[in-house]
Formats: sequence, structure tokens, C-alpha cells
Amino acid sequence: MSRKQRQTRPLTMSSELRYTANTQLEHLHARYTGTGHADLTKYEWLTHQHRDTLSSIVGHPPLTSYLAIADGEAVGRVKFEMTERMLQPCGPPPKKDD
Amino acid sequence: MHLYNLTLQAPTAITHAVAGNFSGSRTQEIIVSRGTRLELLRPDVQSGKVFTVIATDVFGSIRSLAAFRLTGGTKDYAIVGSDSGRIVILEYDPRTSTFVKVHQETYGKSGARRIVPGQYLATDPKGRSVMIAAMEKAKLVYILNRDAAANLTISSPLEAHKNNAIIHHIVGLDVGFENPTFAALEVDYSESDQDPTGEAFNNAEKMLTYYELDLGLNHVVRKWSEPTDPRANLLVQVPGGQLATSDRYDGPSGVLVCCEDHIIYRHMDAPQHRIPIPRRKHPLEDPDRGLLITAAVMHKMKGAFFFLLQSEEGDLYKVTIEHEEQDVKAVKIKYFDTVPVASSLCILKSGFLFVASEFGNHHFYQFQKLGDDDNEPEWSSTDYPSFGMADPTAALPRAYFRPRPLDNLTLVDELESLCPIIDSKVMNLLPNSDTPQIFTACGRGARSTFRTLRHGLEVEEVVSSDLPGIPNAVWTTKLKEDDPYDSYIILSFVNGTLVLSIGETIEEVQDTGFLSSAPTLAVQQIGADALLQVYPHGIRHVLADRRVNEWRVPSGRTIVCATTNKRQVVVALSSAELVYFELDLDGQLNEYQDRKAMGSTVLALSVAEVPEGRQRTPYLAVGCEDQTVRIVSLDPESTLETISLQALTAPPSAICIADMLDASINKTQPTTFVNIGLQNGVLLRTILDPVNGNLTDTRTRFLGTRPIRLLRVNVQQNPAILALSSRPWLNYTYQNFMHFTPLIFENLDYAWSFSAELCTEGLIGISGSLLRIFQIPKLGTKLKQDSMPLTYTPRKFIPHPTNGLLYLIEGDHRVMSEEAANKKLQELREQGERIDEEVLSLPPAQFGRPKAPAGTWASCIRIINPVDSSTVNVVHLDNNEAAFSVAIVPFAARGNELHLVVGTAQDTFLAPRSCTSGFLRTYRFVNDGRELELLHKTETSDVPLAVMAFQGKLVAGVGKSLRIYDIGKKKLLRKVENKNFPSAVVTLNTQGSRIIVGDMQESVFYAVYKPPENKLLIFADDTQPRWVTATTMLDYNTVAAGDRFGNIFINRLDAKVSDQVDDDPTGAGILHEKPILFGAPHKTAMLAHFHIGDIVTSLHKVALVAGGREVILYTCLHGTIGILVPFVSKEDVDLLTTLEQHMRTEQLSLVGRDHLAWRGYYVPVKAVVDGDLCESFAKLPANKQSTIAGELDRTVGEVLKKLEQLRVTASGF
Repeated sequence: MSRKQRQTRPLTMSSELRYTANTQLEHLHARYTGTGHADLTKYEWLTHQHRDTLSSIVGHPPLTSYLAIADGEAVGRVKFEMTERMLQPCGPPPKKDD
Repeated sequence: MHLYNLTLQAPTAITHAVAGNFSGSRTQEIIVSRGTRLELLRPDVQSGKVFTVIATDVFGSIRSLAAFRLTGGTKDYAIVGSDSGRIVILEYDPRTSTFVKVHQETYGKSGARRIVPGQYLATDPKGRSVMIAAMEKAKLVYILNRDAAANLTISSPLEAHKNNAIIHHIVGLDVGFENPTFAALEVDYSESDQDPTGEAFNNAEKMLTYYELDLGLNHVVRKWSEPTDPRANLLVQVPGGQLATSDRYDGPSGVLVCCEDHIIYRHMDAPQHRIPIPRRKHPLEDPDRGLLITAAVMHKMKGAFFFLLQSEEGDLYKVTIEHEEQDVKAVKIKYFDTVPVASSLCILKSGFLFVASEFGNHHFYQFQKLGDDDNEPEWSSTDYPSFGMADPTAALPRAYFRPRPLDNLTLVDELESLCPIIDSKVMNLLPNSDTPQIFTACGRGARSTFRTLRHGLEVEEVVSSDLPGIPNAVWTTKLKEDDPYDSYIILSFVNGTLVLSIGETIEEVQDTGFLSSAPTLAVQQIGADALLQVYPHGIRHVLADRRVNEWRVPSGRTIVCATTNKRQVVVALSSAELVYFELDLDGQLNEYQDRKAMGSTVLALSVAEVPEGRQRTPYLAVGCEDQTVRIVSLDPESTLETISLQALTAPPSAICIADMLDASINKTQPTTFVNIGLQNGVLLRTILDPVNGNLTDTRTRFLGTRPIRLLRVNVQQNPAILALSSRPWLNYTYQNFMHFTPLIFENLDYAWSFSAELCTEGLIGISGSLLRIFQIPKLGTKLKQDSMPLTYTPRKFIPHPTNGLLYLIEGDHRVMSEEAANKKLQELREQGERIDEEVLSLPPAQFGRPKAPAGTWASCIRIINPVDSSTVNVVHLDNNEAAFSVAIVPFAARGNELHLVVGTAQDTFLAPRSCTSGFLRTYRFVNDGRELELLHKTETSDVPLAVMAFQGKLVAGVGKSLRIYDIGKKKLLRKVENKNFPSAVVTLNTQGSRIIVGDMQESVFYAVYKPPENKLLIFADDTQPRWVTATTMLDYNTVAAGDRFGNIFINRLDAKVSDQVDDDPTGAGILHEKPILFGAPHKTAMLAHFHIGDIVTSLHKVALVAGGREVILYTCLHGTIGILVPFVSKEDVDLLTTLEQHMRTEQLSLVGRDHLAWRGYYVPVKAVVDGDLCESFAKLPANKQSTIAGELDRTVGEVLKKLEQLRVTASGF
């Protein structure tokens, strides 16, 4: 996919932005990624939880060592796979019923 | 309950290491982060040894570390990224030998959060700015500069945020003196979060983005962004920029993007170069597996540069870039050497490579050559079409090399590291030891070790030789004041004296001027070039020309003891008189006209060394039989007048005055200590006031059962005191603080310093008729380690109750067992493949084992004799089984015969946990436990993660269920089961019919077995979810546990509930009670909670000193060993809590973490005082110390004494 195509596509807002648009909360939500709100879907919440957890694992050296020992992998590999998994920790989002 | 936390062994793992000239001199040093500690290491270029200069607890978690140097400067600074939400710049001050916080800027919340920076750090190579980034979105850029007074300044942060972007790595670009630029490896997740088809996820691109800091406009712009390999993980800076003096370019600039299997050279507006990462040509290699670069270091030499990249297997590759000015012509890679997998690599300009291993000992190598002209194959980007970028999505053909033993590097030093401690036991198994040892199963994979830790300093014996008789004492002496080495060894026997000369060989000499027909009491090199011998009937002053001036004791009396220094001699006569001699300026020894009658037999005497530039030392300490020590003046104004007196509890056996540095008492000057050894084995240490001669601040310590002998020696150029009792102890100064540690050596009867050409810093001692010369190689390490190698990662071990052997289970994931490997090799041979035997025979301890797919296991049971650290026997497990738990069970059905039960599982996958079948393997001990005989295997549905003996039966935690098994003929027989545990049973403890069950995610459960109804019932649990890693019972109702996030906590059950449960014979009451919060009917109360910052792997309730109180000892993953000591009095609790409060306000944390928040990371700290913080009271400046002590209504000495007493009585450390 070329970069251009991506930019011209209509911007589909995440539910966070959709429901908080035009409020002061919008600013806060943009600033503090991962903050929840009343209309958070289960998928979004779970994805936030997983991303927080994964970054916490990478951020605490004893935890990465712990996982590396259990799995028989190098610490560097564990960190990399954890960071990779942050891209989509809970699979693709559920289909929207329009 | 109130506890006092003390660290006995700080973490030994190194998470980050950076090299630089931190002290501003020409020598390079290394700053290492040990997770919660910062250390400065200084390699000695001559000997190749690495020494720790300082180590500081930072009370926070260090997540990143970088060094930088301001343009034109000569000194490097360190930047620390941590979980404090602050950026901290540290400077090492060589004068005070401390880290000084130069700047501390707050930018966010504390904690290792997703969008709070601290995870990544990148510095501009010219030291003009630094970027600090989070895992996602946030990147802050600070500008570093100098003010008019040449002080380092830091700007307010500039944001370079990118929403919805996960950051993999950042690095500072080398652009010379153009605007500082940083490269970041980012992935945007906004589209894949919106696309239910998963297409956007598959097409998600990893972007290499340049952020330029415009120094003129003072803002950061996204300058360039291009997609790169989706499996890229690491960026490495490539030198660039022009030299100031010429127009030549240092290098092409840009970055190396390390990806899985490839390395790509990238730069803006420049063609890419891609090379493969060469793989090991190993017959058992898994071809589907990618290879990552996990550590990298770039080294610049005059006009050239190269990279050392390390793969996750530990192989080092040398990468070079051929360039003409700014244009890259080729990127080349070749195999360099194999070293342990590193968390950080540092190259020193003096030609050394420091490898901070992620697990196990850290290595320090010296470069022999740079691999320039060897036969290793080299791969160049020019070998491939369009420099390897013809089709970026397709992999390049694989490149293979043959691993071989070290060729370019040689190992010169090793830093011991316990990391990871996976299991431990505290027992006293060694003969002739009165304190317990800590047995630890350490390490990962083929580098695993089993280590025995003993409290004490390691001693290295140089020579030991037998003597004709048993000497009483030994001395060494120089001939002249300015001799570099000792010339004579003098041995005193009951009826004579033997003089040996030290030369090529050690041999007896006759014409020394010493009297050989009588025993000797003291020997001293006196004045410029004379020698002195004190014997029972006189003193011989041997001049340089062998003339002897002799002073004889009046008839009917003898000399009972003597003390000497370079200018003074004091002897005590059997008539309880003191005779004082002093050397005059002509080198004549003159007797003072009066003798002093002491009134009681003198047992010990001591004078200090003559202070530099003085005539004499003014004080003499005299120990008398009437249980006193008197300080007597030697000042010309008041010679032999008694100044002060101290009463003792037993007659003294030795006294030693020594001037030693202890920064807790005096930061700059050595303090004069009077050490008094008593005949009952107690040592008193008092401070002698240099002005008025008073004795203050007495501290006592029990050393052993024999009368103490004290000797002044030199250890590493500093004065130290050797105290000999039933074992030898050394009192020495290390990193400006006084330490008192036993030597791990045999009993010595007498000892002295020894300095010769071959052993400059040695000691000489006698034990029985043996003369031994030894040295103390490492001061500061208080735990001596003896290690033996293991095959795979140790998991658990258990001691046999009677035969003194240990049974250890080992298991490695992603490793093929020997049996499976041989089978596969056989298959390959049958297929006619050529097998490289040489590669197969490479030692796994250095090269590791080839990685196999997930679900492959290698495992064994090892029988260890802990006394001589040897393997007695090994039982390998077959069929891809791996051992997870072990117990020794006296089965009542077999007349309490002991059996070894090992919980194993076949084809285990970790996440989600699954196995084709679990097994409980039951072994019988054969040949006194030296061999095992498999009785039977019992299948289980899940992995048995915990097994334990229980009332003549076996209790096993199998997945979510807890079961009791009895032994049968062909199988273990399941008696009862409780399936109500939420995730998995991981730990078991028992007392009576109570079983304490640690759940993997849901804390600790109290269960009870009711035999009449044959029921296992849970009657109490915790209100908090806890990811339990280790538990131990403190008493019937109390349990201490550690969790996976580095906390330690204590839960207690109400005694009433406990009685009620015990009184209920059938358990019907528990069954019908109403559950609380969907759990058990009763809840435990949390008594104490503390965050350690390292994952607890084992907990024990033990007494560490003979006759001492029991403490909780914990070991942690990164090598921490600590204790929690229960306070005995309310007064102590109040004192230490108040002291802790005051220490907190001193803001000691080098990373700027709030101490209270750190110790209460997940749950507020409760009822635990941080002893490590309290002990840093000794490091405070004197005025602060006295202010705090004043607040506590104590003197500084009293506070220090209390701290020492707490440590010594609990641990003996």
C-alpha cells in the first residue's frame, strides 16, 4: 500500500474520539493514550490492557528475564516479541454492525 | 509484626552498561546498572581485572542508561532513564568517589508506563542533545549546553510525539555539527485497530523516522520517514560528519537497521545496503527460525570504525562499511567470536571488550586482533543485486559460518553473577562450619551453575609448607625503611627462633644478629636501617653493620609482652612494670628513666604506628589481668601517666590500635580504633579520641570460641586488622567504609603481612606446623561462591533428610534432549547428509545449544553432593518430558520408606499452558540415594507444578487442582481432589493437616485435609490477586510470599478462625459457610508488604548466626539475597521508622524516585523499614548526621551502633 492512499482515505475515528469529540475530554484522551471513557468497547479496553501490560513487562527488567528463562529465549528476543505484539495484542477488531 | 529489610547481596545482573571517561582522567570506566543499583567499574589495563569503584542503591528501577560528552569536554556524563518520570544527569566526582546528580527534570508520572518516557535513551554524539522515549508515542528532546561558568545546562523538553506509534528503538544520528538528528523505529497501530479484516495489520509498516532538532528555531521536526523491514528491532549509529580540521568525512552517517535475518544500512537520500546475518552451520538448526541481533556496539578508531553486533545465540559479528566520503560502497559482515549473550557490550579504547551477560557471570575480554586477516568468510552487500535490495520483501540467500573457539578475544576477567537464582536452600551441610550456607541453583541453559555461598572473604593460597616444629608466632621484616619487599621471615618456637631469608628460594640464615636460642616476642624494623628483636630476657637492637645493642631484663624477671612501632618500644615485665624505649634522632634506643607499675599482670600491649611526620604516637593501650584496659600517655610532658580506663567483661587476650578510615565516623581522616580481643572470644572496638585519649563508642562482636589474637596487617595498601579466634576475621576499609568479614580459610594461630616480589600483597600465617602464604584477591564480596556446572536450567531442588545429598531437577525449553538430538542426527546420516562433527562437539557452556521449536524440552534429575560440589548421578528424561516439581515423600503405606517424586509433563507448551500428559514419576532411592530406580509413572491431566510430602502421602498441585496420592503397586493412587483453584497451583507448604497453596495468579489459599470425611477444603484466601512465585510458612497461621512484580508480603489468618477450623472434625462447618466475595468463607489479613524490585524466587525462615534469631531470607531472580528481620522492641520500631522518615527527606535516590512510592510500588509499604535506606545514614555528611541524630535524641555514634547491631545480630554480615 502506498503512503498516499493511506492519507486520502476518510479518517475513521476510534470510538474514543467519536464520543468525546467537541468536548474538553477530547484533548485529554488525545494526550493520555489508554484513558477509558463511558462508551469504551470491550475490544478497546482489552487492547489497552494488553498494551499496558506488554509495555510494563518490557519496562521491568526482572520480568523480561523471568519470561526469557521460562521460554528459553534471549532477553532481547522477548523484548522484541512483546513490542511486536503491542501492534495488535488481541487480534483484529470485531466487525461493526452498521 | 514489624520487619527490617536488609540486603545481604545486591543484585548481580547487569541490565545496561556504558563506557566513558567518567572521572575525567584518561582511563575509561564503565557505569553499569544492576536494575536497582548503579556501579562504576574500573578496569585495570595492566592486569585486565575489573574493580568496582562505587556502588549506589538508587531506590528505583533503571530502564535505560547513556553516556555523553559536551563538545570539547574531557569528561563523560551519564543519563539515566528510570521509572521515576524524571530525566537525571549524573556526574562522577572522583574526589569524594560519589555520583553527583547534576540535573533532574520531571516530565511525567512515575512508574514504567506505556506513554511516559524512560524506556529508551539516545544521545547526540556531539553531546548537544538527548532524546528520551516511551514505549509508545512520547519522545522528548532536551538540549544540553554549557553556561558562562562552563556548567552543564539542560533545556526544557521539546516534544517529538507521534500518536498511536509503538516505538521499537531510537538512536542518535552522527551528523557532525549539523542539527542534531535522532532516528526512531516506529509502527503505527491506528489503522490496524480499525480494520476488522486484519489486512491493515498485515500491511502495517515499520517506519524509520528521522527527527531533527532545529537548534536555531528550537523545535523538533519530522524530517524523513520511510518504511523498512517489518521485523526490524534495533538501530545502530553509523559515524558521520566532517572533522573540524579537515573536510574529510568520518563516515557516511545514517543507521544500521538490524532486522530478523538481515542488517540494512539506511540513510536519507542514499541507497540501501542489505546483508544477511550469517547463521551457524549446525546440523540441528531449526531452518524456520529467524535470527535477531540483540546487542551492538560501534567502535571508532583513528580514521576507521567497525561494529560488533551480537546475535541472540551469542555470536559476535564484525560489520564494516566501505565508503568514499559520504557514499557507502559496501557493507560487510563476518563472524568474529562467540561470547555469552549480552545485555550490553562495551569496547574500551585500551583494547578490551566488556560483555555484560544477560544471565550468569559477566566477562571481560582483551582483543588479540580485530579479525582483519583471517580465513573467515565475509559477506558484502555488493555480492547481491542492487546491494541486496532488489526485492526487499524476499530474504537474501542464507549465509552460514562455522562457530569456533575464541580466536580474536581472550578472556581476562570474570565478574561473578548469581543471576538468575531460580531456587535456593539454606542449610549447614559443610563440616566445621557454625553458620549455614546458602545453596543456590543459578543460571540459564548450558551456563547454569549450582553454587554454594558462604559468608566470608575468599582466600587464595600461594604457598604452604611444613615446618619442623610448631611455631608460636611468625613475623616478616624489611631490612631498611625504604625496602620495597620483606627480607626475613622470623619464626618463634617454644625454645628458639628461626630466621629465613626471602629470595629466589626461602632458606634459613644464621648471621642476622637475632638471638636464635630463645623464643621471640616481637620483631620490628626500627629507625632507618636497624632491626629489633624482643625476647623474654631482653631486647636486641641490631644495627645495619650487624653490631648489636642489647638491653637485658633485670634478673628474676622476664618480658611478658611487648609492642613496637618504627620509633617506640614498650615492654611489660613479669613484675607488672612497663618499660618504655624511644628512638632518638641518632638512631639510639633510649629507655625512659621511670618504669610504671601497673598493679596487675599485663596481658596485652599496643601502640599505633607512628603518624607521618611525627616523632611518636602519644598513646599506649595496656590490657591487664584485672579485666581493664588503660590508655597510658607516651607524650614527653606526661610520659606513662594513665589517661583513661575501660572495664571489660573478661581478661583481654590482645589489643591492637590502628588508624583506619571509616567514612561513617570521619569522612576525611582515619579514625584511631582500639580493638580489644578478650579471652572468651569477644572483640570490643572502641574509638580513641586523639585529643584527650578517651575511649568512646564501644561495639562488641563475638568472633569465635578461642581467645582472640589481633594483628595489624596491610591489605591492598590499606591498614587492616586480622583477628584470629576459632576462625580468622579481617577488619578492613572498602570503598571508605569499614567492614568486618570472616576469611574462608583454616584456623590460623598467628599471621603477619608478607610482601615479596611474587606476592606483593600477601599474608603469612601458621596453622599447626604449616606455614602458609596467602592473599585476599577480592575485598568487598562478602559471599564466597563455589560453583559447579549444570547441564540445563535448574528448576527446583530438595535435600534428602538423612544422606546429605541434594536432588535437583533441570529443564530447558526450546532445547532438544540428547536422545532426540542423536535420533535426528541418525536420521540425517541415514539420509546421507554430511554431519560436521567438529561443530557438534563445541562445548555448550560457551556456545549454547541449538534452538528448537516451542514445545521441545530437555530435562534431567541430578544428584548433587553439596559438600564437595560434585555430581553424583544424572537421570535424563526421555520422550520430550520435562521436570517441573520435586519432593521426597515417606509413604506410610510402605513403612515410611522415602521416595523421590518428580512431577513432569510431556510436550509442554507454556502459553497457553498445555501438555499431552503430565506424569508423577516415583523413584526409589538405591545405593544410599546415590542412584534412583523408577518405580512407576502416574499420568495426570495437567502439568504438576508443585508436589510435597503430606502425612505419609503425596500432595500434588496439578493445574487447577490439588490432589492427595498414596502409593500403589503400579501407580500412585488418587485419594482426594479439590478442583477449585483459579489458575494453577505453584507452591505448597504444610503444617499439621493444613496445606498452604500458592496460586499462580490468585495469591495464597489455606486448605485443610479432613481425614474422617476424606475431604480437602479451602477455608481461607486472600482479598488481593497475587501472582505468587514463592511462599513459606512463618507459623501455623502466617505465610510469607513473594509475587512476580517484585513484592514480598505476609498474610495471617485470624487465630479464632484457625481454631474453629481445627475443631471441626468433618469440615462440614466450612462446607456450609457462606463464601465471601465469591471465594473462601474467611479472609487473611495482610501484615506486611514491601517492594524489593526483583522477583522473589525462594523464601526461607532460618537463623543465619549460631544461636541467633530466625529471619526471613529471600533470594531473587537478578541475584539479590536479602533478609527481613523482625524487630524485638517497640523502641527499635519507633527509632528506625523515624530514622527512615528522615532519610527519605534527604532524597537519596539517584534517579529521583520517591522512596516511599518505590517501596510501595503496587501496594503501599506496610510494617517494613528499609534497612538499606537507613544504612545510607553512614554516607550522609557529618552535619546532616548530627541533625538527624539530634531529632532522634541520640548521638551519631549511637545511631550507627544500632544499625550495625541490627545487621550483625540478624545476619552476622
